[in-house]
Amino acid sequence: MAAKTLFDKIWDAHVIRSVPGGPDVFFIDKHFIHEVTSPVAFLNLEKRGIPVMYPERTIATPDHNVPTVDQDKTIKDALSRMQVEKLRENCRKYGIELHDLGSDHHGIVHVIGPELGVTQPGMTIVCGDSHTSTHGAFGAIAFGIGTSEVEMVLATQCIMQAKAKKMRIRVEGEVGPGVSAKDIILYIIAQISASGGTGYFIEYAGSAIESLSMEARMTICNMSIEMGARGGLIAPDATTFAYLEGRPYAPKGEAWEQAKAEWLALRTDADAVFDKEYVFDAADIEPMITYGTNPGMGIKIGAAVPEVSRFSGSEQASYVKSLQYMGFEAGQPIKGREVDYVFVGSCTNGRIEDIRAVAHFVKGKRKAPNITAWIVPGSREVEKQAQQEGLVAILEEAGFELRQPGCSACLAMNDDKIPAGKYAVSTSNRNFEGRQGPGARTLLASPLTVAAVAVTGKIADPREVF
Amino acid sequence: MAYDKFTQLRSTMVPLPAENVDTDQIIPARFLKATERKGFGDNLFRDWRYHADGSPKEDFVLNDATYSGKVLVAGKNFGSGSSREHAVWALYDYGFRCVVSSFFADIFKNNCLNIGVLPVTVSVEFADKLFAAVAADPQAEVEIDLEAQIIRLLTDGSEEAFEINSYKKENMKNGFDDIDYLLHMQEEIRAFEQQR
Ligand code: SF4
Repeated sequence: MAAKTLFDKIWDAHVIRSVPGGPDVFFIDKHFIHEVTSPVAFLNLEKRGIPVMYPERTIATPDHNVPTVDQDKTIKDALSRMQVEKLRENCRKYGIELHDLGSDHHGIVHVIGPELGVTQPGMTIVCGDSHTSTHGAFGAIAFGIGTSEVEMVLATQCIMQAKAKKMRIRVEGEVGPGVSAKDIILYIIAQISASGGTGYFIEYAGSAIESLSMEARMTICNMSIEMGARGGLIAPDATTFAYLEGRPYAPKGEAWEQAKAEWLALRTDADAVFDKEYVFDAADIEPMITYGTNPGMGIKIGAAVPEVSRFSGSEQASYVKSLQYMGFEAGQPIKGREVDYVFVGSCTNGRIEDIRAVAHFVKGKRKAPNITAWIVPGSREVEKQAQQEGLVAILEEAGFELRQPGCSACLAMNDDKIPAGKYAVSTSNRNFEGRQGPGARTLLASPLTVAAVAVTGKIADPREVF
Repeated sequence: MAYDKFTQLRSTMVPLPAENVDTDQIIPARFLKATERKGFGDNLFRDWRYHADGSPKEDFVLNDATYSGKVLVAGKNFGSGSSREHAVWALYDYGFRCVVSSFFADIFKNNCLNIGVLPVTVSVEFADKLFAAVAADPQAEVEIDLEAQIIRLLTDGSEEAFEINSYKKENMKNGFDDIDYLLHMQEEIRAFEQQR
C-alpha cells in the first residue's frame, strides 16, 4: 500500500464517490453553523422542500454578530436580532442543537467546538467560516465553506470537493522567551506570503509544534487560511488526548480507550510524499507584528517596514497603497509608535491561556492613558474560568474593559468597532482594510505583545517590557 | 436548475488591478446582516466605492461611467480571506457574470462556481494584456467560450485557454448545482453514514 500522509488517511476515508473529471463526494462528520452564513442556506432548503438529513451532526451558536454587552437583553440592532432569531427558529424547526446567547457553552464557534469535545481526531468538520481550520489542531480535516455548501451539508451531509495538494511545514527546535504560537504562525505567513498556501492543505510538524499546548496548536491551525491554504492539521498525540479526556462529547470508558487506539494511527507514514515542504528553525522566530493590510505583511517587532524598491510592477502599487492606508513609511521601524486600542479576543487568541498570558503580564500595572483596552473571551466557559482564576479582577484593575463572548472587534459586525484612522494592536487574525471598522488600522500580534502595548501605550517588544 | 446557464459571454470589462483584494473589501462584514440573498450589489466594494457619508468616491472604477460590463478583470490573489459567499452574491447582484484574474483564493473560487459566476484564471501576461487593452479603449471586449475553454480579447484576437474541471463545466453550462447531484445520491450517503 502506498504511503499516506495524515491528510490522505482522513480524506480518503471520507470519500463516498469520486466524480470522473471532477470533485470527490466528501462526507462531513460535524458541521458548525452560526447566524450569518446559515439563514440563506435554510431558506433555500425550504424553497426546495428538502429536510435536514442528519440534524444531530450539526451544532449551532450565534457569535459573529452578537453584542458583547447586555447579552441577557433583547438585541438592539434590528438586523442582528433578526439573524439571531432566524438561527433560533431554524434550529427549533430542524432539531439542531443550539448553544444560545447566555447559555453555558455559548461562544465563538471555533472555541466551543473543542471545548465541548465535539472536535475530535480523524473527523471531517466544516463551517461557513474560513477559520474552521482551527479544529485541525486535533488532527481533523476542518475547513471553511460557502453558504451553498452549508446548504449541501444540511441537505445531504456531503459537499463536493477536489482534494487539495499537500504541504508540510516543520518548525524544529525551541523558540526563545517571549515568543508564542501567534509569533510562529505570523512568521510562517510572512515567509510564505498571504497566498503561498493556496491550493494546499498543511500539516504542521516538528519539535516546536509538538511541544505546544492544544490551545497554542489551535492558534497555529486557525491562521492557515491566512496563507490561502484551505486548512492545516497536526497529528494527535498525548497532548491532544489529555485535552479531550472527560469533555462532554468525548467518548467515555471503553469507547475512549478504543478511540485513542484508533487516533494513534493518525499520522503521516515515514515515506509519504508531500507536494511541498518547508522547514523553519524555531530559534529564528521573534515576536512578530504586522504593518500592512494582509497577514503576510509581518515583521519582527524591532525591524523596519520593507523598502518600496523590494517590490515591482503592480505589486509595488498595492504595497504603497497598503502603507498609505496604515500611515506607515517604508524603511522606518514601527516600534515606539503610539497606538490607540488593544483587542484581546477572537478564535485565534481568545482562549484561557491567552487571557492568562495577558493577565500575568499586566498584573499590578495600569494600561497607558492613551489606550482603550478590550478583552473579549472566546466563550462563556473561558469567561467563567477567567473569573474563577481571578484574572478578570487583575485585568479590570489594569484598566481593561471585559466584554461578553463573541467575535466582537475581530470583524466588527456588531458595535465593537475601532474608529477610522485609529490604530489597534489585536490578537485576532486579519488586518484587512476596514476589518475592525471602516478606516480602522489593525496590527496583528500575540497576546504577550498586546499586553506590552497596553501598558506602554506604544508598539513595544514584550521582551523589553516585562 | 439552480442558477442561470453559462455558455458564452461577450462583454466589455471593468478593470480592478489591485492585488490581494480580500472579501472584506468586496463586501464589508457590516453588510452581511441580511437573512435573504437580496440587495448585496449596492454594497459591493462599499468602502472603496463610497465615502463615509455615502457620497461616491469619484476615482473608484465602479463610479467611472467609462467602464462597464459583465466581466471584472482583477489583480492577483483575488477573493482571499473570509469564506462569505456574500462576496460572490454582491458581484452577481451588481451584474458580473465572470471574474478574470491570474490567481484566485480557493474558497472564493469554489463559491463562484457554486452560484454560477465563472472564475477564469489566466496568465499574468494575459491579465496585463487585458488591463492594457481596456486602458487604451474602455470599449474593448472579451469573449469567453466555456465549451471551448477559451478567453479571447476581441481587439487583437489574442486568446488563452483556461482550466475548469469537466463536472463543474457541465454544471455551469446547464445551471445545475451540487445539490442537484447530491440529492440523487442519498441512498449511497445513508449507507456510508451507517458505518460511521
Ligand atoms: S473570531 Fe473572527 S475569525 Fe474567528 S470566527 Fe469570529 S469573525 Fe471569524
